[in-house]
Amino acid sequence: MGEPILRVEHIKKYFDTPKGLLHAVDDLTFDVDKGRTLGLVGESGCGKSTTGRVILRLLEATDGQIHFNGKDVNKLNKKEMIELRKDMQIIFQDPFSSLNPRLSVSEIIAEPLIIHNIVKKSEIGKEVSRLMDVVGLAERLVNTYPHELDGGRRQRIGIARALALKPKFIVADEPVSALDVSIQAQILNLMQDLQEELDLTYLFITHDLSVVKHISDDIAVMYLGKIVEKASAKELFKNPLHPYTKALLSAIPVPSLTKKRDTILLKGEITSPINPKPGCRFAARCNYAMDRCFNEEPEFKMVEGQHEVACFLMDK
Amino acid sequence: MDNNILDIKDLKVNYITDEGTVQAVNGLNISLKKGESLGLVGETGAGKTTTALSVLRLIPNPPGKIENGEIYFEGKNLLEASEEEMRHIRGNKISMIFQDPMTSLNPVMTVGEQIAEGIEIHQGLDKQKSMEKAKEMLELVGIPKERSVDFPHQFSGGMKQRVVIAIALSCNPLLLIADEPTTALDVTIQAQVLDLMNDLKEKFDTSMILITHDLGIVAETCDKVAVMYAGEIIEFATLEQLFTEPKHPYTKGLFGSIPNLEEDVDRLKPIRGLMPDPTNLPKGCTFHPRCPEAKETCKKREPVSIDTGNSHMVKCLLYEEVSQSEGAK
Repeated sequence: MGEPILRVEHIKKYFDTPKGLLHAVDDLTFDVDKGRTLGLVGESGCGKSTTGRVILRLLEATDGQIHFNGKDVNKLNKKEMIELRKDMQIIFQDPFSSLNPRLSVSEIIAEPLIIHNIVKKSEIGKEVSRLMDVVGLAERLVNTYPHELDGGRRQRIGIARALALKPKFIVADEPVSALDVSIQAQILNLMQDLQEELDLTYLFITHDLSVVKHISDDIAVMYLGKIVEKASAKELFKNPLHPYTKALLSAIPVPSLTKKRDTILLKGEITSPINPKPGCRFAARCNYAMDRCFNEEPEFKMVEGQHEVACFLMDK
Repeated sequence: MDNNILDIKDLKVNYITDEGTVQAVNGLNISLKKGESLGLVGETGAGKTTTALSVLRLIPNPPGKIENGEIYFEGKNLLEASEEEMRHIRGNKISMIFQDPMTSLNPVMTVGEQIAEGIEIHQGLDKQKSMEKAKEMLELVGIPKERSVDFPHQFSGGMKQRVVIAIALSCNPLLLIADEPTTALDVTIQAQVLDLMNDLKEKFDTSMILITHDLGIVAETCDKVAVMYAGEIIEFATLEQLFTEPKHPYTKGLFGSIPNLEEDVDRLKPIRGLMPDPTNLPKGCTFHPRCPEAKETCKKREPVSIDTGNSHMVKCLLYEEVSQSEGAK
């Protein structure tokens, strides 16, 4: 195991809503080792994107600590934070709304270079061309605008922009969800190549389990603001332990005729994260729920090797 | 061939825009037997939705125009039917599930009223009886009938899609066209909805065209598969044929692009390049600029769809040459 570049301890993010306190992220603790990819999976509304944003301090955490490279991110002042932003970047989900439509491709990629004063003015053009080359954007697109480009190319701009500051850590928030499969594969390959070349660490947020298995070293499964299971990608898919993970894995339609699996159908849908009831968040939909599940909250603990689960079924 | 419920022959649809003519569908042929499910697979802009809308004659005109072709439904050419006749077919004999349940429901009508509307129009029942039937339909898709007085915004995405399915099935259609019915839903909800659709389809013996970009969904719900690229069907086969022996380089590319859950693959094998500009399709085979097996002739000659055995249709010069050289012997 390498050393953790990011250590998240008990982070919480609550939003005040007219209906009550929304527990978007509720007490998450995890590490990401340098040069590795942690996949964060879960369905819409489970708090994955909020987690990514809290880590980058795009949202202030309600509680908890975030250590990046030994620094306590939440304690940094504005100036120190700007400095840290060079090391931590984000790629957004929607390449259609995350790019300023009034800036050309070169202006978008140059913007972080100018703000952080990375290269001399005279060399910005050269650096932009280099970055475009790295992400596979043709030189001739340098003066085009985002609306002239397709989703795959726009996502490449987003990646180039994130790479401009030579970050060590990137939060990739559903970077391929808006893309067609053939383009999705191109972008995933690009991200893997970049990780190898630049020794990047990724927090890869997605709802797509096949994508997460492909790109991640470790996977954390989230449900309603909590991590319910965390293990290496291989282990998680081979030996899922939490009932939610099992249902989630069985629900993926597999493009194969021979490996038909029995889908575990869950009752109901994700319940509201506003003022959640005590007990396990998944209990209402769980096929194995016991009385205890509705009263107590299961502890997130190591079961075997590096496999962590929060479920009372593991107590036997 | 008489038991075909739907026969689309040489369909050609263009959208005429200021930037040029978009050739959305180019000479497409599909036939569908009663009770059969066809998966229509392809990427954004392949012409899947345009094909579906043509069957219902819902192509917005202008800019869209059906230039050519015949669409036989129950032996009648829909492209020659009057608007009056079409109105009796839409929502009654052929119904459609749209992609986005968030926008395909009327926000100012209760879901009960929305389901009852079609029943009242097509089955000649009075208001009260239609509403009763609507409540039955709600129960059928797993929503308590007490909720018929609620409005769409009071439902979650998965439940809204159930309402849309209830509307589509309320008149017991012969043909159901489902356009990416689960794309907007989470996987566990998607599993519920697909399961429901499979059940109902069997119960009512409905034929279905399922439009999707997800080969996994096709594997779980369809009998036959048509792969579309740039407005054409480039491969047409049974589910088994396509998944065990994909023939067209594009189909193979699609399979190579999907991260595999069963095996560990270090790198994906994407299809290089991008979908062609539909206002300016490449000459010859439209796939040749992206095709790993393209030859000189592919740039010039347009392939025709040929049967490679057991009705496995492929539109690719690689297979034409094989069959020709075999023929020469």
